[in-house]
Amino acid sequence: MTPKELIENFSYLTDWEDKYRYVIELGEQMSALPESECNETNKVVGCQSQVWIKGEKKEDKFYFLANSDAVIVRGLEAILLTLVNGKTRDEICALNLPEIFKKLGLEENLSPTRRNGFAAMIERIYSLINSSTL
Amino acid sequence: MFKEDFPIFDDQLIYLDSAASSQKPKPVLDTMLSFYTHQYSNVHRGTCALASRATQMYEDARQTVADFISADKKEIIFTKGATEAINLVASGYAQTLKTGDEVLVCISEHHANFVPWQQACLKSGATFKVFGILPDGTWDMDDFNKKLTTKTKLVAIAGMSNVLGVLNPVKEIINFAHKNGVKVLVDSAQSICHSAIDVKKMDCDYLAFSGHKIYGPTGIGVLYAKKEVLEQLPPYQFGGDMIDIVSVEKTTFAQLPARLEAGTPPIAEAIGLSSALDYVQQIGWDKVQAHGKCVFTHLIQQLKEMKDIQFLGNPDLKSGLVSFNINGIHPNDLSMILSKQNVCVRVGHHCAMPLHQFFNLSASIRVSLGLYNNEQDVDTFVVALKKAIGFFK
Repeated sequence: MTPKELIENFSYLTDWEDKYRYVIELGEQMSALPESECNETNKVVGCQSQVWIKGEKKEDKFYFLANSDAVIVRGLEAILLTLVNGKTRDEICALNLPEIFKKLGLEENLSPTRRNGFAAMIERIYSLINSSTL
Repeated sequence: MFKEDFPIFDDQLIYLDSAASSQKPKPVLDTMLSFYTHQYSNVHRGTCALASRATQMYEDARQTVADFISADKKEIIFTKGATEAINLVASGYAQTLKTGDEVLVCISEHHANFVPWQQACLKSGATFKVFGILPDGTWDMDDFNKKLTTKTKLVAIAGMSNVLGVLNPVKEIINFAHKNGVKVLVDSAQSICHSAIDVKKMDCDYLAFSGHKIYGPTGIGVLYAKKEVLEQLPPYQFGGDMIDIVSVEKTTFAQLPARLEAGTPPIAEAIGLSSALDYVQQIGWDKVQAHGKCVFTHLIQQLKEMKDIQFLGNPDLKSGLVSFNINGIHPNDLSMILSKQNVCVRVGHHCAMPLHQFFNLSASIRVSLGLYNNEQDVDTFVVALKKAIGFFK
């Protein structure tokens, strides 16, 4: 699915229940980071749910796999990875994530609380694309 | 029936997270606004009428706090919260504990009454010991008796666990500890809003609580300590207000309580706390407890009927708050769907990771009540919870 298709699919869903059911479905469909790699190295600190992310770089483009023990967070990860995977560092930095999540009607999930580790995962993506380890 | 005193509530908000922080009644908001609007000045400095009046109000607030827990005014230190109150005591112990000494806490402690002692022991070379609880959430008194030794210098325990909601038999531990010459600190952050505290009857050596958990503002907390114990605590922070004479050669310190209150204190917050305590006193503990018991009993009855619910501890031993999980659903998922329905609960480890490790859990959902909650709130919550469960099953 392309980011454009994702935003279009969400535009058909008018109430929060349908939106969150779709988020859960996207999480179920996502090829998640294998459990064997859900380790301390790939873990993102979150108070309320566990979140893992691992990335690799192929010819200037980044590809991430993620996982979580909470199904809504896994769905949010699926959305985020649809937006960033296969993009270059500059393309990822140019994404206006708050604006996109607002369009999807999911902006409350970007709040910088310890709530679900999702905001911390976005920070981890930025730190990974700026590090020399990938 | 008390909800109308709290301006935050509209028709939709169901606030079930008072154990994290309580909402504020109008008298507290009015008092603080009026103080800042008409009476504000720094305290203990200046001779103008405004400064004198602000100082009087701040010191009256100390008297109100002292009366609220049956202490002497000189035994009350204002801090920024229960966490700072405990850290103040722990930093003193970190200087006096020696290798071989022991500090004993319970596995169910909030991190605020766990980590400061762990760190004080680490710094001083003392041994940090932890006694357990039983699966029903009550203290394991056999384990406590075993772990209290002739080397124990202090026992630090909560009046009520912020996860389990059990009102602990604090007096039993204090009596036993005192027979062995051991001092006891009671963390009353959770218990302060549920029942009257009389430090003289309880006979604790130290007691800490926060203003924001008893309908007062954030940024204000209280350390009570028996006068002779307080005298022994070294200054925690240095600066203005806590000194006697300062010269290039040396500094001598002020008398209590100033010695332990460095810098400009949280003045409006202390006055706001005093107003919150007045509010509770005016309602009266009988009414506060009867209302709390009625709503909480209704909550537990409803929850017990839910399928797949797993309580942390025995639900029949709790008051004011209850933590649980629904088998097969992550608590974070449930709380997100509750939040979409305007229901505020807490999810996570609730700053009590060792306790969650004891139950072999990483997180749980906590529902905690305040004066403003009623049976309708419970019913709305239960409908919302059932809807949330339906989302995932």
